[in-house]
Amino acid sequence: MDNELTALGIIFTEFYYWITVVIMFLIHVGFCMYEVGASRHKNHMHTLMKNTMIIPLVTITFFFFGWWIYFAFPNGPGFIGGLVEAPHATIYSEAMAPHMGAGDFNGWERINGVFWAAFLLFSWTAASIVSGAVIERIKTSGFMVLAVAIGSFFWIIDAAWGWHPDGWMVQVLGYHDAYASGVIHGIAGFFALGVLINLGPRIGKFAADGTPRNINPRNPWLVTIGLFLIYTGFWGFYVACNIPMWDVQAGDGVFYSATNIYLGPTTLSGITFNFLMSLSGGLMAGYIVSKGDPFWTYSSGLAGIIAASAGNDLYHPIQAMLIAAITVPVIYKMHYWVERRFKIDDAVGAVAVHGYAGFFGMIWAGFMLWGYPSSPNTEYAAINPLGNFIGALIMCGVLGFIPGWVIAKILKSAGMLRVPPEIEITGLDIGLHEADKADEQGIINAELEYVRSRT
Amino acid sequence: MSTGNFENWAGEIAEIGAIYPFVGTEGLLAIAGVVFWLWWHFKQAKIEEQQFKDQVERYGSKENMMKLVSREDPEDP
Repeated sequence: MDNELTALGIIFTEFYYWITVVIMFLIHVGFCMYEVGASRHKNHMHTLMKNTMIIPLVTITFFFFGWWIYFAFPNGPGFIGGLVEAPHATIYSEAMAPHMGAGDFNGWERINGVFWAAFLLFSWTAASIVSGAVIERIKTSGFMVLAVAIGSFFWIIDAAWGWHPDGWMVQVLGYHDAYASGVIHGIAGFFALGVLINLGPRIGKFAADGTPRNINPRNPWLVTIGLFLIYTGFWGFYVACNIPMWDVQAGDGVFYSATNIYLGPTTLSGITFNFLMSLSGGLMAGYIVSKGDPFWTYSSGLAGIIAASAGNDLYHPIQAMLIAAITVPVIYKMHYWVERRFKIDDAVGAVAVHGYAGFFGMIWAGFMLWGYPSSPNTEYAAINPLGNFIGALIMCGVLGFIPGWVIAKILKSAGMLRVPPEIEITGLDIGLHEADKADEQGIINAELEYVRSRT
Repeated sequence: MSTGNFENWAGEIAEIGAIYPFVGTEGLLAIAGVVFWLWWHFKQAKIEEQQFKDQVERYGSKENMMKLVSREDPEDP
Protein backbone atom coordinates (compact mmCIF):
# COMPACT_ATOMS: atom_id res chain seq x y z
CA MET A 1 0.00 0.00 0.00
CA ASP A 2 2.17 2.79 -1.26
CA ASN A 3 -0.49 5.46 -1.72
CA GLU A 4 -3.30 6.75 0.44
CA LEU A 5 -6.14 5.93 -1.96
CA THR A 6 -5.18 2.28 -2.27
CA ALA A 7 -4.69 2.09 1.49
CA LEU A 8 -8.08 3.68 2.07
CA GLY A 9 -9.80 1.11 -0.13
CA ILE A 10 -8.05 -1.87 1.46
CA ILE A 11 -8.34 -0.74 5.06
CA PHE A 12 -11.98 0.32 4.55
CA THR A 13 -12.76 -3.16 3.25
CA GLU A 14 -10.96 -4.80 6.17
CA PHE A 15 -12.87 -2.62 8.61
CA TYR A 16 -16.18 -3.17 6.80
CA TYR A 17 -16.04 -6.93 7.25
CA TRP A 18 -14.68 -6.63 10.77
CA ILE A 19 -17.74 -4.59 11.77
CA THR A 20 -20.08 -7.18 10.24
CA VAL A 21 -18.41 -9.89 12.33
CA VAL A 22 -18.99 -7.95 15.54
CA ILE A 23 -22.64 -7.36 14.67
CA MET A 24 -23.14 -10.97 13.62
CA PHE A 25 -21.79 -12.15 16.97
CA LEU A 26 -25.16 -11.05 18.31
CA ILE A 27 -26.81 -13.80 16.26
CA HIS A 28 -25.06 -16.38 18.40
CA VAL A 29 -25.85 -14.55 21.60
CA GLY A 30 -29.47 -14.49 20.45
CA PHE A 31 -29.51 -18.18 19.59
CA CYS A 32 -28.11 -19.07 23.02
CA MET A 33 -30.73 -16.95 24.80
CA TYR A 34 -33.49 -18.26 22.59
CA GLU A 35 -32.61 -21.92 23.14
CA VAL A 36 -32.13 -21.59 26.88
CA GLY A 37 -35.45 -19.75 27.14
CA ALA A 38 -37.16 -22.48 25.15
CA SER A 39 -35.74 -25.31 27.27
CA ARG A 40 -37.04 -26.52 30.63
CA HIS A 41 -35.18 -25.55 33.77
CA LYS A 42 -33.71 -29.01 34.18
CA ASN A 43 -31.92 -28.63 30.82
CA HIS A 44 -30.87 -24.96 30.77
CA MET A 45 -27.12 -25.34 31.26
CA HIS A 46 -26.74 -28.28 28.91
CA THR A 47 -28.65 -26.34 26.26
CA LEU A 48 -26.40 -23.31 26.76
CA MET A 49 -23.16 -25.27 26.66
CA LYS A 50 -24.17 -27.28 23.62
CA ASN A 51 -24.67 -24.11 21.63
CA THR A 52 -21.68 -22.29 23.13
CA MET A 53 -19.29 -25.07 22.14
CA ILE A 54 -20.31 -24.60 18.51
CA ILE A 55 -18.12 -21.51 18.61
CA PRO A 56 -14.73 -23.16 19.14
CA LEU A 57 -15.43 -26.40 17.28
CA VAL A 58 -16.75 -24.78 14.11
CA THR A 59 -14.16 -22.01 14.29
CA ILE A 60 -11.14 -24.29 14.31
CA THR A 61 -12.51 -26.66 11.68
CA PHE A 62 -13.52 -23.77 9.45
CA PHE A 63 -9.92 -22.60 9.79
CA PHE A 64 -8.56 -26.09 9.08
CA PHE A 65 -10.62 -26.89 5.97
CA GLY A 66 -13.88 -24.92 5.61
CA TRP A 67 -12.32 -21.81 4.18
CA TRP A 68 -10.28 -23.79 1.66
CA ILE A 69 -13.40 -25.66 0.48
CA TYR A 70 -15.08 -22.40 -0.50
CA PHE A 71 -12.31 -21.45 -2.91
CA ALA A 72 -11.39 -24.95 -4.09
CA PHE A 73 -14.87 -26.39 -4.84
CA PRO A 74 -16.69 -23.94 -7.19
CA ASN A 75 -16.39 -26.46 -10.04
CA GLY A 76 -17.79 -29.31 -7.95
CA PRO A 77 -15.06 -30.57 -8.23
CA GLY A 78 -15.87 -32.76 -11.16
CA PHE A 79 -18.98 -31.03 -12.55
CA ILE A 80 -17.46 -28.34 -14.73
CA GLY A 81 -13.80 -28.65 -13.80
CA GLY A 82 -11.38 -29.72 -11.11
CA LEU A 83 -10.21 -28.30 -7.81
CA VAL A 84 -9.35 -24.61 -7.95
CA GLU A 85 -6.01 -23.47 -6.55
CA ALA A 86 -6.50 -21.53 -3.30
CA PRO A 87 -3.04 -20.85 -1.86
CA HIS A 88 -4.35 -18.20 0.55
CA ALA A 89 -6.92 -20.50 2.18
CA THR A 90 -5.07 -23.71 3.05
CA ILE A 91 -4.45 -24.53 6.69
CA TYR A 92 -0.70 -24.16 6.19
CA SER A 93 -0.82 -20.92 4.17
CA GLU A 94 1.19 -17.94 5.38
CA ALA A 95 -1.82 -15.83 4.38
CA MET A 96 -3.93 -17.53 7.10
CA ALA A 97 -2.10 -15.44 9.71
CA PRO A 98 -0.87 -11.87 10.28
CA HIS A 99 0.82 -10.87 7.05
CA MET A 100 2.02 -7.59 5.55
CA GLY A 101 1.41 -8.34 1.93
CA ALA A 102 4.28 -9.95 0.06
CA GLY A 103 3.81 -13.20 -1.85
CA ASP A 104 1.44 -14.64 -4.41
CA PHE A 105 -1.83 -14.21 -2.58
CA ASN A 106 -3.38 -11.64 -4.91
CA GLY A 107 -4.23 -9.23 -2.11
CA TRP A 108 -5.92 -11.86 0.08
CA GLU A 109 -3.25 -11.62 2.76
CA ARG A 110 -4.82 -8.34 3.94
CA ILE A 111 -8.50 -9.24 3.82
CA ASN A 112 -8.26 -12.97 4.52
CA GLY A 113 -8.96 -12.96 8.26
CA VAL A 114 -11.96 -10.65 8.24
CA PHE A 115 -13.55 -12.31 5.21
CA TRP A 116 -12.93 -15.73 6.77
CA ALA A 117 -14.56 -14.55 9.99
CA ALA A 118 -17.60 -13.19 8.14
CA PHE A 119 -18.13 -16.60 6.55
CA LEU A 120 -17.37 -18.28 9.86
CA LEU A 121 -20.20 -16.44 11.55
CA PHE A 122 -22.51 -17.88 8.87
CA SER A 123 -21.07 -21.28 9.81
CA TRP A 124 -21.98 -20.80 13.46
CA THR A 125 -25.48 -19.79 12.38
CA ALA A 126 -25.91 -22.96 10.31
CA ALA A 127 -24.92 -25.09 13.29
CA SER A 128 -27.05 -23.03 15.69
CA ILE A 129 -30.14 -23.54 13.53
CA VAL A 130 -29.73 -27.30 14.01
CA SER A 131 -28.93 -26.85 17.69
CA GLY A 132 -32.29 -25.29 18.53
CA ALA A 133 -34.32 -28.06 16.94
CA VAL A 134 -32.69 -30.87 18.92
CA ILE A 135 -32.59 -29.49 22.46
CA GLU A 136 -33.33 -31.46 25.62
CA ARG A 137 -32.36 -34.92 24.40
CA ILE A 138 -29.26 -34.89 22.19
CA LYS A 139 -25.81 -35.86 23.42
CA THR A 140 -23.24 -33.09 23.18
CA SER A 141 -20.71 -35.51 21.67
CA GLY A 142 -23.06 -36.40 18.82
CA PHE A 143 -24.17 -32.84 18.31
CA MET A 144 -20.60 -31.59 17.98
CA VAL A 145 -20.00 -33.99 15.09
CA LEU A 146 -23.17 -32.70 13.44
CA ALA A 147 -22.17 -29.08 14.10
CA VAL A 148 -18.80 -29.53 12.43
CA ALA A 149 -20.44 -31.35 9.51
CA ILE A 150 -23.00 -28.64 8.75
CA GLY A 151 -20.90 -25.67 9.93
CA SER A 152 -17.54 -26.43 8.35
CA PHE A 153 -18.35 -28.82 5.53
CA PHE A 154 -21.78 -29.05 3.92
CA TRP A 155 -22.86 -25.43 4.01
CA ILE A 156 -19.54 -24.22 2.65
CA ILE A 157 -19.79 -26.72 -0.21
CA ASP A 158 -23.16 -25.22 -1.10
CA ALA A 159 -21.60 -21.77 -0.84
CA ALA A 160 -18.83 -22.77 -3.24
CA TRP A 161 -21.42 -24.16 -5.65
CA GLY A 162 -24.14 -21.51 -5.48
CA TRP A 163 -22.86 -18.53 -3.53
CA HIS A 164 -19.60 -17.85 -5.29
CA PRO A 165 -19.05 -15.61 -8.33
CA ASP A 166 -17.91 -18.65 -10.31
CA GLY A 167 -19.87 -21.44 -8.63
CA TRP A 168 -21.04 -24.13 -11.05
CA MET A 169 -24.67 -23.63 -10.03
CA VAL A 170 -24.42 -19.95 -10.93
CA GLN A 171 -22.75 -20.71 -14.24
CA VAL A 172 -24.95 -23.60 -15.34
CA LEU A 173 -28.29 -23.10 -13.55
CA GLY A 174 -28.33 -19.31 -13.17
CA TYR A 175 -28.83 -19.94 -9.44
CA HIS A 176 -29.41 -16.78 -7.41
CA ASP A 177 -29.57 -16.61 -3.62
CA ALA A 178 -28.10 -13.26 -2.63
CA TYR A 179 -28.74 -13.33 1.14
CA ALA A 180 -28.66 -17.07 1.63
CA SER A 181 -32.29 -18.24 1.79
CA GLY A 182 -31.07 -21.65 0.78
CA VAL A 183 -27.32 -21.37 1.21
CA ILE A 184 -27.62 -21.04 5.00
CA HIS A 185 -31.23 -21.37 6.10
CA GLY A 186 -32.57 -23.98 3.71
CA ILE A 187 -29.65 -26.34 4.09
CA ALA A 188 -29.48 -26.03 7.88
CA GLY A 189 -33.24 -26.37 8.33
CA PHE A 190 -33.43 -29.54 6.26
CA PHE A 191 -30.23 -30.91 7.84
CA ALA A 192 -32.03 -30.48 11.17
CA LEU A 193 -35.03 -32.39 9.80
CA GLY A 194 -32.79 -35.32 8.83
CA VAL A 195 -31.34 -35.34 12.36
CA LEU A 196 -34.76 -35.06 14.03
CA ILE A 197 -36.08 -38.15 12.23
CA ASN A 198 -33.32 -40.22 13.82
CA LEU A 199 -33.30 -38.42 17.15
CA GLY A 200 -37.01 -38.82 17.85
CA PRO A 201 -39.32 -36.67 19.96
CA ARG A 202 -38.81 -35.75 23.59
CA ILE A 203 -40.47 -38.08 26.10
CA GLY A 204 -44.05 -36.97 26.53
CA LYS A 205 -44.18 -34.80 23.42
CA PHE A 206 -46.82 -37.00 21.81
CA ALA A 207 -49.78 -38.63 23.50
CA ALA A 208 -50.45 -42.34 22.95
CA ASP A 209 -52.89 -41.47 20.15
CA GLY A 210 -50.22 -39.31 18.46
CA THR A 211 -51.61 -35.95 19.49
CA PRO A 212 -48.75 -33.49 20.05
CA ARG A 213 -48.43 -31.78 23.42
CA ASN A 214 -47.01 -28.28 23.70
CA ILE A 215 -43.76 -27.94 25.62
CA ASN A 216 -43.89 -24.18 25.88
CA PRO A 217 -40.86 -21.89 26.38
CA ARG A 218 -40.02 -21.71 30.09
CA ASN A 219 -38.76 -18.16 29.76
CA PRO A 220 -40.64 -16.29 27.03
CA TRP A 221 -38.75 -13.06 27.79
CA LEU A 222 -35.42 -14.70 27.10
CA VAL A 223 -36.83 -16.21 23.91
CA THR A 224 -38.10 -12.90 22.59
CA ILE A 225 -34.97 -10.96 23.51
CA GLY A 226 -32.96 -13.71 21.87
CA LEU A 227 -34.95 -13.35 18.68
CA PHE A 228 -34.52 -9.58 18.80
CA LEU A 229 -30.77 -10.11 19.01
CA ILE A 230 -30.91 -12.47 16.05
CA TYR A 231 -32.71 -9.73 14.09
CA THR A 232 -29.96 -7.32 15.11
CA GLY A 233 -27.20 -9.67 14.08
CA PHE A 234 -29.03 -10.31 10.81
CA TRP A 235 -28.13 -6.74 9.75
CA GLY A 236 -24.49 -7.70 9.93
CA PHE A 237 -25.27 -10.87 8.00
CA TYR A 238 -26.83 -8.89 5.15
CA VAL A 239 -23.97 -6.42 4.99
CA ALA A 240 -21.41 -9.21 5.12
CA CYS A 241 -23.03 -10.80 2.07
CA ASN A 242 -22.03 -7.73 0.05
CA ILE A 243 -18.74 -6.58 -1.33
CA PRO A 244 -18.58 -2.92 -0.35
CA MET A 245 -16.81 -1.42 -3.34
CA TRP A 246 -16.30 -2.96 -6.75
CA ASP A 247 -16.14 -1.83 -10.36
CA VAL A 248 -19.42 -3.20 -11.69
CA GLN A 249 -19.28 -1.66 -15.15
CA ALA A 250 -19.36 -4.38 -17.79
CA GLY A 251 -17.36 -3.51 -20.91
CA ASP A 252 -15.74 -0.08 -21.18
CA GLY A 253 -15.86 2.46 -18.37
CA VAL A 254 -15.74 2.35 -14.61
CA PHE A 255 -18.59 2.40 -12.07
CA TYR A 256 -18.04 1.60 -8.43
CA SER A 257 -20.86 0.17 -6.36
CA ALA A 258 -21.59 -2.29 -3.62
CA THR A 259 -22.23 -5.76 -5.02
CA ASN A 260 -23.84 -8.99 -3.95
CA ILE A 261 -21.68 -12.09 -3.51
CA TYR A 262 -21.89 -12.74 -7.28
CA LEU A 263 -20.33 -9.31 -7.97
CA GLY A 264 -23.66 -8.09 -9.38
CA PRO A 265 -24.51 -4.51 -8.41
CA THR A 266 -26.79 -3.62 -5.53
CA THR A 267 -26.85 -0.92 -2.86
CA LEU A 268 -26.84 -0.85 0.92
CA SER A 269 -29.93 1.36 0.70
CA GLY A 270 -31.73 -1.21 -1.39
CA ILE A 271 -31.06 -4.09 0.93
CA THR A 272 -31.96 -1.95 3.95
CA PHE A 273 -35.38 -1.22 2.46
CA ASN A 274 -35.94 -4.88 1.76
CA PHE A 275 -34.63 -6.21 5.06
CA LEU A 276 -37.05 -4.07 7.03
CA MET A 277 -40.01 -4.55 4.71
CA SER A 278 -39.64 -8.35 4.67
CA LEU A 279 -39.23 -8.36 8.44
CA SER A 280 -42.44 -6.34 8.68
CA GLY A 281 -44.36 -8.57 6.29
CA GLY A 282 -43.31 -11.62 8.27
CA LEU A 283 -44.19 -10.14 11.64
CA MET A 284 -47.62 -8.97 10.47
CA ALA A 285 -48.51 -12.29 8.86
CA GLY A 286 -47.14 -14.23 11.82
CA TYR A 287 -49.19 -12.19 14.26
CA ILE A 288 -52.37 -12.92 12.32
CA VAL A 289 -51.80 -16.61 11.62
CA SER A 290 -50.68 -17.39 15.18
CA LYS A 291 -53.33 -15.13 16.70
CA GLY A 292 -50.72 -12.98 18.41
CA ASP A 293 -48.59 -15.80 19.83
CA PRO A 294 -45.30 -14.07 20.76
CA PHE A 295 -43.05 -17.02 19.96
CA TRP A 296 -44.46 -17.51 16.48
CA THR A 297 -44.81 -13.80 15.75
CA TYR A 298 -41.11 -13.21 16.44
CA SER A 299 -40.11 -16.34 14.55
CA SER A 300 -42.27 -15.24 11.63
CA GLY A 301 -40.35 -11.97 11.38
CA LEU A 302 -37.24 -14.05 10.89
CA ALA A 303 -39.00 -16.37 8.45
CA GLY A 304 -40.21 -13.34 6.48
CA ILE A 305 -36.67 -12.07 5.99
CA ILE A 306 -35.47 -15.56 5.03
CA ALA A 307 -38.27 -16.00 2.49
CA ALA A 308 -37.27 -12.80 0.70
CA SER A 309 -33.52 -13.05 1.18
CA ALA A 310 -32.68 -14.86 -2.06
CA GLY A 311 -33.75 -11.82 -4.06
CA ASN A 312 -33.53 -9.00 -1.55
CA ASP A 313 -30.66 -7.44 -3.52
CA LEU A 314 -33.08 -6.63 -6.33
CA TYR A 315 -36.71 -6.79 -5.13
CA HIS A 316 -38.92 -3.76 -4.64
CA PRO A 317 -39.54 -3.35 -0.89
CA ILE A 318 -43.27 -4.00 -1.26
CA GLN A 319 -42.49 -7.18 -3.19
CA ALA A 320 -40.23 -8.22 -0.30
CA MET A 321 -42.98 -7.49 2.20
CA LEU A 322 -45.60 -9.45 0.25
CA ILE A 323 -43.29 -12.43 -0.31
CA ALA A 324 -42.70 -12.55 3.43
CA ALA A 325 -46.38 -12.17 4.25
CA ILE A 326 -47.48 -14.90 1.84
CA THR A 327 -44.77 -17.38 2.86
CA VAL A 328 -45.16 -17.15 6.63
CA PRO A 329 -48.67 -18.65 6.91
CA VAL A 330 -47.58 -21.51 4.66
CA ILE A 331 -44.55 -22.43 6.74
CA TYR A 332 -46.56 -22.05 9.96
CA LYS A 333 -49.17 -24.54 8.73
CA MET A 334 -46.47 -26.85 7.41
CA HIS A 335 -44.77 -26.93 10.81
CA TYR A 336 -47.89 -28.24 12.56
CA TRP A 337 -48.82 -30.58 9.73
CA VAL A 338 -45.36 -32.21 9.72
CA GLU A 339 -45.40 -32.39 13.51
CA ARG A 340 -48.73 -34.24 13.57
CA ARG A 341 -48.21 -36.36 10.48
CA PHE A 342 -44.61 -37.50 11.03
CA LYS A 343 -44.24 -37.00 14.82
CA ILE A 344 -41.35 -34.61 14.36
CA ASP A 345 -40.48 -32.75 17.56
CA ASP A 346 -38.77 -29.57 16.39
CA ALA A 347 -38.42 -27.74 19.69
CA VAL A 348 -38.07 -24.24 18.24
CA GLY A 349 -39.67 -24.50 14.82
CA ALA A 350 -36.26 -24.28 13.12
CA VAL A 351 -37.17 -26.56 10.24
CA ALA A 352 -40.11 -24.33 9.34
CA VAL A 353 -38.54 -20.93 9.97
CA HIS A 354 -35.24 -21.74 8.26
CA GLY A 355 -35.85 -24.81 6.11
CA TYR A 356 -39.27 -24.26 4.57
CA ALA A 357 -38.95 -20.46 4.41
CA GLY A 358 -35.50 -20.84 2.85
CA PHE A 359 -36.80 -23.30 0.28
CA PHE A 360 -39.65 -21.00 -0.73
CA GLY A 361 -37.23 -18.07 -0.80
CA MET A 362 -35.26 -19.76 -3.57
CA ILE A 363 -38.42 -20.58 -5.51
CA TRP A 364 -39.69 -16.99 -5.25
CA ALA A 365 -36.40 -15.59 -6.54
CA GLY A 366 -36.43 -17.89 -9.57
CA PHE A 367 -39.78 -16.51 -10.71
CA MET A 368 -39.42 -12.91 -9.57
CA LEU A 369 -35.98 -12.41 -11.14
CA TRP A 370 -36.58 -14.55 -14.25
CA GLY A 371 -34.23 -13.36 -17.00
CA TYR A 372 -32.00 -11.24 -14.77
CA PRO A 373 -28.25 -11.84 -15.19
CA SER A 374 -26.99 -14.17 -12.47
CA SER A 375 -23.51 -12.70 -12.82
CA PRO A 376 -21.61 -9.90 -14.56
CA ASN A 377 -20.15 -12.68 -16.69
CA THR A 378 -22.46 -12.68 -19.72
CA GLU A 379 -21.68 -16.31 -20.54
CA TYR A 380 -23.35 -17.58 -17.37
CA ALA A 381 -27.00 -18.72 -17.40
CA ALA A 382 -29.64 -16.14 -16.51
CA ILE A 383 -31.75 -16.47 -13.37
CA ASN A 384 -34.76 -18.73 -14.04
CA PRO A 385 -37.38 -20.69 -12.07
CA LEU A 386 -36.11 -24.15 -13.01
CA GLY A 387 -32.52 -23.29 -12.09
CA ASN A 388 -33.50 -21.99 -8.69
CA PHE A 389 -35.85 -24.97 -8.12
CA ILE A 390 -33.06 -27.44 -8.90
CA GLY A 391 -30.80 -25.32 -6.72
CA ALA A 392 -33.33 -25.54 -3.89
CA LEU A 393 -33.38 -29.33 -4.19
CA ILE A 394 -29.58 -29.45 -4.09
CA MET A 395 -29.35 -27.11 -1.10
CA CYS A 396 -32.16 -28.60 0.97
CA GLY A 397 -32.05 -32.22 -0.16
CA VAL A 398 -28.63 -33.22 -1.42
CA LEU A 399 -26.53 -31.09 0.93
CA GLY A 400 -29.02 -30.64 3.78
CA PHE A 401 -31.49 -33.41 4.50
CA ILE A 402 -29.51 -36.42 3.24
CA PRO A 403 -26.24 -35.68 5.09
CA GLY A 404 -28.16 -34.80 8.26
CA TRP A 405 -30.10 -38.05 8.12
CA VAL A 406 -27.07 -40.22 7.27
CA ILE A 407 -24.74 -38.77 9.92
CA ALA A 408 -27.46 -38.89 12.58
CA LYS A 409 -28.18 -42.50 11.63
CA ILE A 410 -24.50 -43.41 12.07
CA LEU A 411 -24.33 -41.58 15.40
CA LYS A 412 -27.50 -43.33 16.52
CA SER A 413 -26.02 -46.72 15.63
CA ALA A 414 -22.91 -45.84 17.64
CA GLY A 415 -24.99 -44.80 20.65
CA MET A 416 -23.78 -41.20 20.34
CA LEU A 417 -27.01 -39.43 19.43
CA ARG A 418 -29.50 -39.50 22.27
CA VAL A 419 -29.09 -39.24 26.02
CA PRO A 420 -30.31 -42.15 28.19
CA PRO A 421 -34.03 -41.86 29.09
CA GLU A 422 -33.15 -41.61 32.81
CA ILE A 423 -31.10 -38.49 32.07
CA GLU A 424 -33.82 -37.01 29.89
CA ILE A 425 -36.36 -37.52 32.66
CA THR A 426 -34.22 -36.28 35.53
CA GLY A 427 -32.78 -33.50 33.40
CA LEU A 428 -29.51 -33.04 31.56
CA ASP A 429 -28.37 -30.70 34.33
CA ILE A 430 -29.06 -33.20 37.10
CA GLY A 431 -25.38 -33.54 38.00
CA LEU A 432 -24.91 -29.77 38.19
CA HIS A 433 -28.08 -29.24 40.22
CA GLU A 434 -27.23 -31.92 42.74
CA ALA A 435 -23.66 -30.64 43.05
CA ASP A 436 -24.97 -27.10 43.58
CA LYS A 437 -27.29 -28.33 46.29
CA ALA A 438 -24.47 -30.18 48.03
CA ASP A 439 -22.26 -27.06 47.83
CA GLU A 440 -25.04 -24.91 49.22
CA GLN A 441 -25.68 -27.34 52.06
CA GLY A 442 -22.00 -27.28 52.89
CA ILE A 443 -22.03 -23.49 53.17
CA ILE A 444 -25.21 -23.54 55.26
CA ASN A 445 -23.65 -26.09 57.62
CA ALA A 446 -20.52 -23.97 57.93
CA GLU A 447 -22.56 -20.84 58.67
CA LEU A 448 -24.61 -22.69 61.29
CA GLU A 449 -21.44 -23.95 62.90
CA TYR A 450 -20.07 -20.40 62.98
CA VAL A 451 -23.25 -19.03 64.62
CA ARG A 452 -23.26 -21.84 67.18
CA SER A 453 -19.63 -21.22 68.03
CA ARG A 454 -20.24 -17.55 68.89
CA THR A 455 -20.50 -16.84 72.55
CA MET B 1 18.25 -12.48 17.19
CA SER B 2 14.53 -12.68 16.42
CA THR B 3 11.98 -15.50 16.26
CA GLY B 4 10.41 -13.63 13.34
CA ASN B 5 11.61 -12.88 9.84
CA PHE B 6 12.82 -9.40 10.81
CA GLU B 7 14.51 -7.44 13.56
CA ASN B 8 13.21 -3.94 12.82
CA TRP B 9 10.57 -2.20 10.69
CA ALA B 10 13.13 -0.42 8.51
CA GLY B 11 13.25 -1.09 4.80
CA GLU B 12 10.42 -2.45 2.64
CA ILE B 13 7.67 -3.54 5.04
CA ALA B 14 5.77 -5.19 2.18
CA GLU B 15 8.74 -7.49 1.66
CA ILE B 16 8.53 -8.82 5.21
CA GLY B 17 5.45 -10.88 4.44
CA ALA B 18 4.37 -13.02 7.40
CA ILE B 19 4.88 -11.34 10.75
CA TYR B 20 4.26 -14.24 13.15
CA PRO B 21 7.14 -16.05 14.86
CA PHE B 22 8.69 -19.25 13.52
CA VAL B 23 7.64 -18.78 9.90
CA GLY B 24 8.11 -22.11 8.12
CA THR B 25 6.52 -24.26 10.80
CA GLU B 26 3.01 -24.00 9.32
CA GLY B 27 2.88 -27.71 8.45
CA LEU B 28 3.71 -28.76 12.00
CA LEU B 29 1.23 -26.26 13.40
CA ALA B 30 -1.46 -27.69 11.11
CA ILE B 31 -0.80 -31.23 12.35
CA ALA B 32 -0.81 -30.09 15.98
CA GLY B 33 -4.08 -28.21 15.44
CA VAL B 34 -5.86 -31.17 13.85
CA VAL B 35 -4.61 -33.56 16.54
CA PHE B 36 -5.86 -31.22 19.25
CA TRP B 37 -9.28 -30.98 17.53
CA LEU B 38 -9.73 -34.74 17.20
CA TRP B 39 -8.43 -35.37 20.72
CA TRP B 40 -11.07 -32.99 22.06
CA HIS B 41 -13.92 -34.95 20.45
CA PHE B 42 -12.73 -38.26 21.93
CA LYS B 43 -12.06 -36.77 25.36
CA GLN B 44 -15.41 -34.95 25.48
CA ALA B 45 -17.32 -38.06 24.43
CA LYS B 46 -15.56 -40.13 27.09
CA ILE B 47 -16.29 -37.58 29.82
CA GLU B 48 -19.93 -37.31 28.78
CA GLU B 49 -20.42 -41.08 28.72
CA GLN B 50 -18.91 -41.46 32.18
CA GLN B 51 -21.06 -38.64 33.57
CA PHE B 52 -24.24 -40.18 32.15
CA LYS B 53 -23.27 -43.58 33.49
CA ASP B 54 -22.67 -42.20 36.98
CA GLN B 55 -25.83 -40.13 36.94
CA VAL B 56 -28.01 -43.00 35.77
CA GLU B 57 -26.64 -45.12 38.60
CA ARG B 58 -27.11 -42.37 41.15
CA TYR B 59 -30.40 -40.77 40.13
CA GLY B 60 -31.94 -43.20 37.67
CA SER B 61 -34.04 -45.31 40.04
CA LYS B 62 -37.76 -45.28 39.43
CA GLU B 63 -38.46 -43.73 42.84
CA ASN B 64 -35.91 -40.98 42.34
CA MET B 65 -37.16 -40.16 38.86
CA MET B 66 -40.74 -39.98 40.18
CA LYS B 67 -39.57 -37.62 42.91
CA LEU B 68 -37.61 -35.39 40.55
CA VAL B 69 -40.34 -35.20 37.92
CA SER B 70 -42.98 -34.42 40.53
CA ARG B 71 -41.03 -31.46 41.87
CA GLU B 72 -40.21 -30.06 38.41
CA ASP B 73 -41.03 -26.42 38.68
CA PRO B 74 -39.91 -23.82 36.16
CA GLU B 75 -39.16 -21.27 38.84
CA ASP B 76 -37.51 -23.35 41.56
CA PRO B 77 -36.47 -26.92 40.84
